[in-house]
Amino acid sequence: MNSVVTVKNLWVGLGEQVILEDVNLKVQKRDFLGIIGPNGGGKTTLLKVILGLIKPDQGSVRVLGTTPENARKRIGYLPQRSLFDQSFPTTALQVVLMGRYGRIGLFRRYSSGDRQAALDALEKMGMASYAQRAIGAFSGGEQQRIFVARALVSEPELLLLDEPAAGIDAAQQKEFYELLGELNEKITIVMVSHDISAVSRYVDKIACVNQKLYYHDSKELVAEDIEEAYRCPVDMIAHGVPHRVLREHD
Amino acid sequence: MIEIFQYEFMRNALMAGAIAAVLCGVIGVYVILNRIVFISGGIAHTAFGGIGLGYFLGRDPLLFAVLFSVAAALGIGMISSTRARVSEDTAIGVFWASGMSLGIIFVSLSRGYAPDLFDYLFGNILAVSQTDVELILGLTLVIVLVVALLYKELMILSFDPTYGEAMGLPVRSLRLLLLCMVALSVVVLIKIVGIILVIALLTIPGAIGRQHADGLKEIMIISILLGIVFVFAGLVISYYLNIPSGATIILTAAAVFFASTAVTR
Repeated sequence: MNSVVTVKNLWVGLGEQVILEDVNLKVQKRDFLGIIGPNGGGKTTLLKVILGLIKPDQGSVRVLGTTPENARKRIGYLPQRSLFDQSFPTTALQVVLMGRYGRIGLFRRYSSGDRQAALDALEKMGMASYAQRAIGAFSGGEQQRIFVARALVSEPELLLLDEPAAGIDAAQQKEFYELLGELNEKITIVMVSHDISAVSRYVDKIACVNQKLYYHDSKELVAEDIEEAYRCPVDMIAHGVPHRVLREHD
Repeated sequence: MIEIFQYEFMRNALMAGAIAAVLCGVIGVYVILNRIVFISGGIAHTAFGGIGLGYFLGRDPLLFAVLFSVAAALGIGMISSTRARVSEDTAIGVFWASGMSLGIIFVSLSRGYAPDLFDYLFGNILAVSQTDVELILGLTLVIVLVVALLYKELMILSFDPTYGEAMGLPVRSLRLLLLCMVALSVVVLIKIVGIILVIALLTIPGAIGRQHADGLKEIMIISILLGIVFVFAGLVISYYLNIPSGATIILTAAAVFFASTAVTR
């Protein structure tokens, strides 16, 4: 039906270590799902399973009605921010064009249609006027916008974002998340983050991952879930959003 | 100065040098961007095993150098990506030294004296024959063609291989292909600057190009032009001072590199 991602009884291990244990997850069309959890809890692994980069030991994963490998061309992916070479000789436009690879395949060159799509994606992220500027000349926040544009340029039905706000200063974060909110009007978004307050403000569903996945099909954070996921008491701060249900502190 | 180019060996030398400059300009940029300078060094030194085997069997040493360098490229590339707990620089060290050792043993087992062994270690562009020029031209054409066909793929590989993998780019195969192209380039360059000096010609022109241009193609063009200048200048200087050509070419390049670095600081 409208299920974009369906994960059933997923187990993933690395050697002796269990990374994901019996994870079940359903992402519906036009969801904006935030996945939070401690570092090393398996958030990134879960995204990579959805992309088909990591094979599950057990369980089934269906994405956009097919296998993750087949769905990959219809997914836009923003990997965790890596420390790339800041003097790499390439422009914003060239970086965004890389996102067209899945559609073009080996050997063939970028067409004028690809270039137009790349400019449109930059436009959406408010970066079109800087298309020809060297990638290293941008601030961290601008670079993340360019990388989101790269994820968008393949016109995906599903966006997977791994810590998209990393490297963006607090002042620009609000604007950045609002941009993601606008994209969410058309595209299903799954976003991994460690920033609970930012996630709870902008997303509409939240899952906590720490080996197991805790999910309530709503954005109401349940303190027990978070504490279970983080394995330590978590102070929850409400932002004055009336419908959020938080446990009262003692 | 024109009279020195009346000799056929000088014309061959210049021709080989100019073609090699094109090769270095194109492949050297990827060596720098992918940080595989020392893998390239390892591949070059492993090739010495092939040179030795060529002497031992009485065949063309360069032919066996091709086999050894490609084997080193695949070996270093594959061992370091397995779970065998061998890091890349460890694999480089092992291949580097064992290739050299094999070469020395083969040469010592060969009958007679190996007169031009020194040329393979330090290069002798003046000994380049017409056949060598054709071999260098052929390999260069193949490599330039492969780079032209895989330009966008190599760009993704160099910039962000993790993302490339997520897009379905065959990152592992592409990296091995790049290492094989480096291996073939190394063999071409052995005749000109020798095994020990190969990495200088692969890296210096690109490094200077990078200081003065922001685009990949621009850097390639600058590197090619610089490479031609270095070979020409090194050749002329070595001729008049009667000093080894390979080392002179490298030192010319290094002098420009330091000057360029001082200027761009």
